Amino acid sequence: MKLHEISKSFGPVKANSNINLTVDRGEILGLLGENGAGKTTLMNILTGLYKPDSGKILIDNQLREFHNPREANKNGVGMVHQHFMLVPVFSVTENIILGEEPTKRFNKIDLENAKNKVLKISSEYKLDVDPDQIIEKLPVGIQQRVEIIKILFRDAEILIFDEPTAVLTPQEVVEFFEIIKNLKKTGKAIIFITHKLHEVLEICDRINVLRRGKIVGEEYPKKTDKKKLAELMVGRTVNLRTSRKKMEQGEVLLEVNGLSILSDNKEYVLSNVDLKLHKNEILGIAGVQGNGQTELVEALTGLRSVSSGKISYFGKEYKNFSPRKIHQLGVRHIPEDRQKQGLIGEFSLTENSILNTYYEEEFSYNITLNWTNAKIEAKKIIEKFDVRTNSENISANKLSGGNQQKLLIGREMSRSINLLIASQPTRGVDVGSIEYIHNQIVFARNKGIGVILNSTELEEIIALSDRIIVLFEGKVIAEFPSDTDPNIIGLAMAGEN
Amino acid sequence: MKIFNYFGNYFSNRETFQEIIVIPVFATLLAIFLGLLLLIVSGSSNEIALKALIALFYGSFGSISSISETLTAATPLIFAALGIAVGFKAGLFNIGAEGQIILGGMAAVIIGFSFQLPFFIHLILILLVGALFGALYAFISGWLKATTGAHEVITTIMLNLIAYRLLDFFLRIPSIQKEGRNDPISKSILDTAELPRILYFLDPNLRVHMGFLIAIFAVLIVYWLIFYTTIGYEFRAVGKNLEASRYSGISPSMTIILAMSIAGLLAGLAGASQIAGVLGRATPGFSAGIGFDAIAVALLGRAHPIGVLFAGILFGALIAGGRQMQVSADVSLDLITVIQALIIIFIAAPVLIRKLFPWIFR
Ligand SMILES: Nc1ncnc2c1ncn2[C@@H]1O[C@H](COP(=O)(O)OP(=O)(O)OP(=O)(O)O)[C@@H](O)[C@H]1O
Ligand SMILES: [Mg+2]
Repeated sequence: MKLHEISKSFGPVKANSNINLTVDRGEILGLLGENGAGKTTLMNILTGLYKPDSGKILIDNQLREFHNPREANKNGVGMVHQHFMLVPVFSVTENIILGEEPTKRFNKIDLENAKNKVLKISSEYKLDVDPDQIIEKLPVGIQQRVEIIKILFRDAEILIFDEPTAVLTPQEVVEFFEIIKNLKKTGKAIIFITHKLHEVLEICDRINVLRRGKIVGEEYPKKTDKKKLAELMVGRTVNLRTSRKKMEQGEVLLEVNGLSILSDNKEYVLSNVDLKLHKNEILGIAGVQGNGQTELVEALTGLRSVSSGKISYFGKEYKNFSPRKIHQLGVRHIPEDRQKQGLIGEFSLTENSILNTYYEEEFSYNITLNWTNAKIEAKKIIEKFDVRTNSENISANKLSGGNQQKLLIGREMSRSINLLIASQPTRGVDVGSIEYIHNQIVFARNKGIGVILNSTELEEIIALSDRIIVLFEGKVIAEFPSDTDPNIIGLAMAGEN
Repeated sequence: MKIFNYFGNYFSNRETFQEIIVIPVFATLLAIFLGLLLLIVSGSSNEIALKALIALFYGSFGSISSISETLTAATPLIFAALGIAVGFKAGLFNIGAEGQIILGGMAAVIIGFSFQLPFFIHLILILLVGALFGALYAFISGWLKATTGAHEVITTIMLNLIAYRLLDFFLRIPSIQKEGRNDPISKSILDTAELPRILYFLDPNLRVHMGFLIAIFAVLIVYWLIFYTTIGYEFRAVGKNLEASRYSGISPSMTIILAMSIAGLLAGLAGASQIAGVLGRATPGFSAGIGFDAIAVALLGRAHPIGVLFAGILFGALIAGGRQMQVSADVSLDLITVIQALIIIFIAAPVLIRKLFPWIFR
């Protein structure tokens, strides 16, 4: 497959300019680039979601033009989006055949036949799934397999993965790599987008780097390293390790005693959790996703009611507090899912910039909003956190994924702050911005703020934390100092002491 | 494009402009065209169809008196549709405008005939109390949703039915029923409570009344409320993303109750303005389905206050023109209902419009 001189602009933004790119059968092409470089846009052009302003798509040396993803699908181009597009209440098979339902007589859906085809594909490419399971009951890694089967079901020859590993646990990433190696063996062409440099080095045959809508370099994993790639991506040297000098623990800012939460189906998702957070301290919460981290953070920020236990901020116990109350104490929360909680997609950047401060004096007088100040605030965040956009008036869902994250972090970190609760703060963010965000977090901690860092990236936890606790099945099963061997922490995350 | 920038963030881009002006205009033209086609297919001659078309335009905008009729019909639609639009912004589908209009109207009738008050004060009182009762009635649905999760579509439909029966009962209460009448009809409101006709100086028969001016004022107020206040911000946040609004510290239940009450307040105002401006008294069918037409108006206006103003006038025009059409071309008023329904279909499927008129959407 070959892309020739593709260009695409959104108003004044040149998302892609004169891009040339090729992928061969049996090849894995890595696509790197900073946030907003135009990776997703390029892939959306390839799959027919957007029409390029100019340029050609050649497949097997034939000129192709797709008007919609379905047409692209039919012609062997399939994409797994970062945000899955599955119907939660449908079964695996139903999701896979959606839109392409095989039928029997009288238009009845031929589920048996479909199921057999699904099973065939899943054994052929070693994609283990149970075709009868309901999607919402499956972990993310398996849902992703369903997405892959979905495009293989439509006979895809070119497979595109947009940040597939961002939401996977380390174990799932290993399995995912096995899968794409298998796909490669059967002669598929694969395009793999990620922000994690070690991943491209590990799995790709060739790497293309995009910057500001242009291809700025082609590299081969054997002849390059992380540092070079990072430089190529952002156009300057990137410090991949955050420096952090040791600091004395200060007074206790947050104390949690015996915290338990009963889920809707009467199971303990959190049981008897104790923790303390001090001034000048970053407390890392390690754990495989789904072991109670989300619930813990929600409880601390007033989004979830607790069954028993005590939560004290700054030496005072709070019961049945609301998110606003907590916010007013100077506790800032970066939620793990930017699109579900942190931002309102259809709101403009300006509107999003004041999401939890709109009622404060600076932004409103009685009930009248002060849009002038809100705009200033938005511009400040955009400038300081390098959110790539040409205007603060566009809606947040028009930003690239990583830029949405930067907007969110900028909003939470640019105002007066006493304590930070950050969940997956660098999910989907490029190396340059990770460096900046990490530095900001460390800087905040040096100024005397306490930080709770909840991340599924063990590397991130180890790089930043002064102290690490491990959550397993809703319990704190271990606590480590910052210089612990990652393997030991990894074992604890798997539930072994 | 300059003029759109004037409206701040919300109207500044092409998409919004297309959404709330271009698509509705073409939906309407297409619907009228299909309506007439239907007329011809069902056996009327081309002349009759042409006559009907002319009558439709003449009866709505052809003369001062038809413009007056258009605006008179538009007034309660604009009020009620503004309320429904406020609901939409907060993610609520208020089917209950009809019931809220009835409550507002009943309250207005009582205030209208039972107090002797100076002109201006009486007028303000009748509108305020009408609005209040509409708000209280809608509050019930909002409160039920916030506390029990009962869906507002269900509860507002139920409350509509209750409102009809309440009205029947109300009109038979001896102190309310008109003296010497056996049929259900209320006493008439006093002159001091009537909304004055604004074109009185041209011709005393021109019915358009001060309610229309108040409706325009209400459009501006609602516009300000939705886009320039913290309350509107909360409404929109809850309507667009409930999870994120909770995260931001907004209380969804309070927001839902408030949005529903404001919706009812505006519908109540529609009822009161209809009593004080046009009818002067209440009869069993006085709400005349305005609450349901208003849903269509709110949809047509894309739940945007300015859009609602234009859509309300358009629907008023269809009603006024339809009457003329009935008189001079002998075409059933039902054709208007068909056209209204077609408009809604096209609005609900904007893709259809985009496909049919691709050149406009370049
Ligand atoms: N629908 C749209 N309307 C306007 N601008 C858009 C739209 N989609 C993308 N853009 C802009 O195009 C540029 C490229 O975005 P794109 O999503 O391709 O970036 P990306 O490389 O995938 O970044 P990330 O790593 O953050 O996901 C960005 O500046 C973005 O704001
Ligand atoms: Mg992207």
